[in-house]
Amino acid sequence: MVLMALIIQRKFSIGARNPSYRAHLARCLSSTAERNIEKILVANRGEIACRIMRTARRLGIRTVGVYSDADQESLHVRSADEAVRIGPPPARESYLKASAIVEAALRTGAQAIHPGYGFLSESADFAQLCQNEGLTFIGPPASAIRDMGDKSASKRIMNAAGVPLVPGYHGDEQGIDYLKEEAEKIGYPILIKPTHGGGGKPNVVKEFRSHLGEAAVSAAKAVGYHNAGTVEFIMDTTSGKFYFMEMNTRLQVEHPVTEMIVGQDLVEWQIRVANGEPLPLTQSEIPLKGHAFEARIYAENVPRGFLPAAGTLHHYHPVSVSPTVRVETGVAEGDTVSMHYDPMIAKLVVWGKDRNAALVKLKNCLLNFQVAGLPTNINFLQRLADHWAFAKGLVETHFIEKFKNDLFLISPDEVAKAHSAAKLSAALVAACICDREHITSKELIPGGDRLLSLWYTNPPFRMHHSAKRKMELEWDKELSDNSLEVFKLVITYQSEGSYLIETEEGHSCCWEIKVVHLGNNEFRVAVDGRHTLVTMALYSKDSLRHMHIWHDEHHHHYRQTIRLERGNDDISQHKSSFEVTSHPKGSVLAPMAGLVVKVLVENGASVEEGQPVLVLEAMKMEHVVKSPRAGYVDGLQVAVGQQVYDTSVLFMIKKDLGLT
Amino acid sequence: MIRAFARRSWGFRRSWQAYDQHRLMVSIAGALPDGVDRSSDAFTRNSAAAQQLIYDLQSHVRKVLGGGGAEALKRNRSRNKLLPRERIDRMIDPGSSFLELSQLAGYDLYEESLPSGGIITGIGPVHGRLCMFVANDPTVKGGTYYPITVKKHLRAQEIAAQCCLPCVYLVDSGGANLPRQAEVFPDRDNFGRIFYNQAKMSADGIPQIALVLGSCTAGGAYIPAMADESVIVKGNGTIFLAGPPLVKAATGETVSAEDLGGASLHCKVSGVSDHFADDELHGLEIGRNIVKNMYMAGKGINSSASDFSDYKEPLYDAKELRSIAPTDQKQPFDIRSVIARIVDGSEFDEFKKLYGTTLVTGFARIFGQPVGIIGNNGILFTESALKGSHFIELCAQRNIPLIFLQNITGFMVGSRSEASGIAKAGAKMVMAVSCAKVPKITVIVGGSFGAGNYGMCGRAYSPNFLFMWPTAKISVMGGNQAAGVLAQIERSNKKRQGIEWSSEEEEEFKGRVVEAYEKEASPYYSTARLWDDGIIDPADTRKVLGFCLSAAIKNTPEDTKFGVFRM
Repeated sequence: MVLMALIIQRKFSIGARNPSYRAHLARCLSSTAERNIEKILVANRGEIACRIMRTARRLGIRTVGVYSDADQESLHVRSADEAVRIGPPPARESYLKASAIVEAALRTGAQAIHPGYGFLSESADFAQLCQNEGLTFIGPPASAIRDMGDKSASKRIMNAAGVPLVPGYHGDEQGIDYLKEEAEKIGYPILIKPTHGGGGKPNVVKEFRSHLGEAAVSAAKAVGYHNAGTVEFIMDTTSGKFYFMEMNTRLQVEHPVTEMIVGQDLVEWQIRVANGEPLPLTQSEIPLKGHAFEARIYAENVPRGFLPAAGTLHHYHPVSVSPTVRVETGVAEGDTVSMHYDPMIAKLVVWGKDRNAALVKLKNCLLNFQVAGLPTNINFLQRLADHWAFAKGLVETHFIEKFKNDLFLISPDEVAKAHSAAKLSAALVAACICDREHITSKELIPGGDRLLSLWYTNPPFRMHHSAKRKMELEWDKELSDNSLEVFKLVITYQSEGSYLIETEEGHSCCWEIKVVHLGNNEFRVAVDGRHTLVTMALYSKDSLRHMHIWHDEHHHHYRQTIRLERGNDDISQHKSSFEVTSHPKGSVLAPMAGLVVKVLVENGASVEEGQPVLVLEAMKMEHVVKSPRAGYVDGLQVAVGQQVYDTSVLFMIKKDLGLT
Repeated sequence: MIRAFARRSWGFRRSWQAYDQHRLMVSIAGALPDGVDRSSDAFTRNSAAAQQLIYDLQSHVRKVLGGGGAEALKRNRSRNKLLPRERIDRMIDPGSSFLELSQLAGYDLYEESLPSGGIITGIGPVHGRLCMFVANDPTVKGGTYYPITVKKHLRAQEIAAQCCLPCVYLVDSGGANLPRQAEVFPDRDNFGRIFYNQAKMSADGIPQIALVLGSCTAGGAYIPAMADESVIVKGNGTIFLAGPPLVKAATGETVSAEDLGGASLHCKVSGVSDHFADDELHGLEIGRNIVKNMYMAGKGINSSASDFSDYKEPLYDAKELRSIAPTDQKQPFDIRSVIARIVDGSEFDEFKKLYGTTLVTGFARIFGQPVGIIGNNGILFTESALKGSHFIELCAQRNIPLIFLQNITGFMVGSRSEASGIAKAGAKMVMAVSCAKVPKITVIVGGSFGAGNYGMCGRAYSPNFLFMWPTAKISVMGGNQAAGVLAQIERSNKKRQGIEWSSEEEEEFKGRVVEAYEKEASPYYSTARLWDDGIIDPADTRKVLGFCLSAAIKNTPEDTKFGVFRM
């Protein structure tokens, strides 16, 4: 079992710092010997950047954001007081480019840099560079990062400091025979860990807490550590002994879990420590209350092996926050999740007085966490949270592997249930759309002509009969095989304004639905006397109209083909120059003869509509060949420097990967 | 000159202010009483009769909604074609209303049944713009034009021209019905008039749009050709003066329908059509887009209507309208109980309430729109006719639309009446009705007999719309009166020829006349021949009036010029 101890150490020896001339000058200009941080540059993006800025703002500290070209309109840029461009989308040319970030801090007059997590947060070189430039790195000293980053060096130091280590070998001699010999000495089974790289799962066992804490503090002291960090231990569940594994020298991704339990803001503590202030509380003053969960909402394709996904958040309504529910998000509705970075949409953190209470809340929040426009892992998280073993707390690193049948396979019984639920949801969608149309059509009326609005009352008038309409909804079975099923619905407008909805194939299904529009996407719907709240999201993408509906414990996704966008004229005249029917469907052809100068994605990569795939040079001009639709790149055979001919097939865009 | 103009426009506004103030003062007193005694025998009797009438009406309609029958519907479906009403449903704004006209045209008119006269017409909004739809029903005799089909098509165009409504023709027709060419082709108001109307309306700036969803042969080819803009559907839509069989016969050329006049040919080569649609739904979407991109200065922004404050629903149940008018024409009823169930808040400000009391006149609003209402409460006397003429002049002056609620057995006859100059008074009313340039809508709720029909804006007086209740009866006079008159003439004829006429024979003669009059006075007989724009459920009256008003009201009032009133 892996255990973690989060510690935060104050700065002990301010005098040990090595200020550069610039910082020295700054100190001379200020009236006090040590000037507090008044402006922080956040060297990160997404939710963590937003989260740090939020605390900074509360403390009255101005913030500077940094962004790559891909993030120009991102929430973390919009959240910052000012923002500086640091380079093109690839992380190594922007968020990992230490010099550009330090330059941005100096340019904007920020005194400190918060690295967040990931990117440069555990780079000793970056911390050193900050130090050299007189900027406060909100984190441990470079030397501590370096010591802890090297697993064998850290174990050596820990050993010397008396921190318990797993009986094992931490030496430099790495020959197979030698290692075998060492293994015999320890006794099997053994665990071999690479000397760089992380791993492990967070958990804390109560009775070990203070022991662990003490060990963690010793570990930190041994490397001259200050600021926040996490020490990982491994526990032998039979003997109850624990041993040092490694230390994460940064703010933990899941730090909000700690914050929820201790009721403290760790980023505030980090800033105060960086200011040289004493810790606000001592360990004994910190109560541990209740239980918290963090669920990370990702843009990813769960059925396709958790493949990262990208796209636009056409509808994004996270649950509403409260003292017991936190949503750490780096995106807002309408934003895109790009393929350049980690596709995390948000962290959902919930607190309850005990684990069961927290779990109830977690499940409820997951139900109400609404994302439409790209695939997410929300459904998977729900199945996970609903699992009996998870409820019992039998969580360990092999949990998903162990219960994969429960988590991924859908039983025939569930398929049937899902099908009838989807049918009802389709009927609700139809009713809500009909209801919405009365409103939107009414809004079309020029000059608010009252008499004209009479034509849009519900039910619509027909001479001596009831108005009827047909609606075809394609159900996207995201859960199972991603195939489509078409629901053909017949809607009859009833005289009291409700809708009678039948399925065309058989008259076995029939609902009488009454809808009250509550504003925006919200409706109150009554089906056979049962009232429920319904949220609907509509958006158009790739000539398809997408409809999402959330009600009770259901979320369904349907689509309809938009006819007008099929081309206003004869298709043969307007065929895209990249597509010709004699080639396999989805083939993208060279628009002209030319030389391949850049290949921007690899086979199998997920691309969005209009995303550049490769660049051709012809007639002294560069021509970007873009993906004609969203999908996966397949059959990409050209390489940089290769000559291609007019209309030769460059690659294909497939809807599904692996169904070739 | 300027002063005169200013006075005119201010005068108009001032009269409105005065009217509004007046309304404020009487707003409570202005509400009409219920006027219906639910415990009376008459009410119970009428309710039962009304139920039967509505049931009959709905079952007649149910039949025509089925178009040309199951077999034809199946064939239509197999060609990927929608039915005409489904086409209209897809073209009007989603979830909006459609005012179908003359649903029962052609009812019992020919030996073969011709549901809805083989053509669907009516008004509905497209992108907030009211349009007149004319849709052939290909499941009824291949969409060919019978005489009544032509009449219904022309009537729709007449309404469109009168109300400035863009016309949308959903064409799917084999052209004139050849066996009946003599009744369809040559006369003024025959087939050729369709294209004449298209040309004239286009000249007046009323858009003419054709969607070719099926065949469009011979004369029918001129519908898209004469249109301002046209759409044709690949595969199903064809336009040609002569189809492949006739071409083969005439010139020996063998050619397929698609090559002869399909979408590709007409969009790429001939230019007869402007928009190429992949399929019918695509075509209808293009049609919607054409209307969206239409621009008609002024139309659509009805500034006068938008000022009105919220309206109130009538105080009494509209469904009771079904039971108010008795099926027996002899039973009188107060037209105010009808008005009370039609107008906003049941508020009706009567004009000249104590004078000429057999004609009820007054101001009210329908969905906020001010209207003048003229309703019959008995026989027209000289005073009633004078009051009616006065009120019509008033509404014409103020540009207030007129609504006529007909329940009229006629003008009073007899020496006293003639001596009072009733012919002169009736002529005044006819003059006023004919010349008043305001929207006029007539609803025949009961009897419509003789010159009463004229003074109360019958079909001949070109109201913008004319509807019947199922209780309506229309003829030059009542059956019994006619039988009496005819029997008298017959007897004197016989007497002259020296023929004995027994009283049994006379009764039989009278019976035949009464029977014929009864049959011809029926609203179904009327609506089958397009003497009206449809039979409506009395409970829908308020709504239908609202639709008609919204279609008929023009932004720029027209000046009324009356002829010589005989004083």
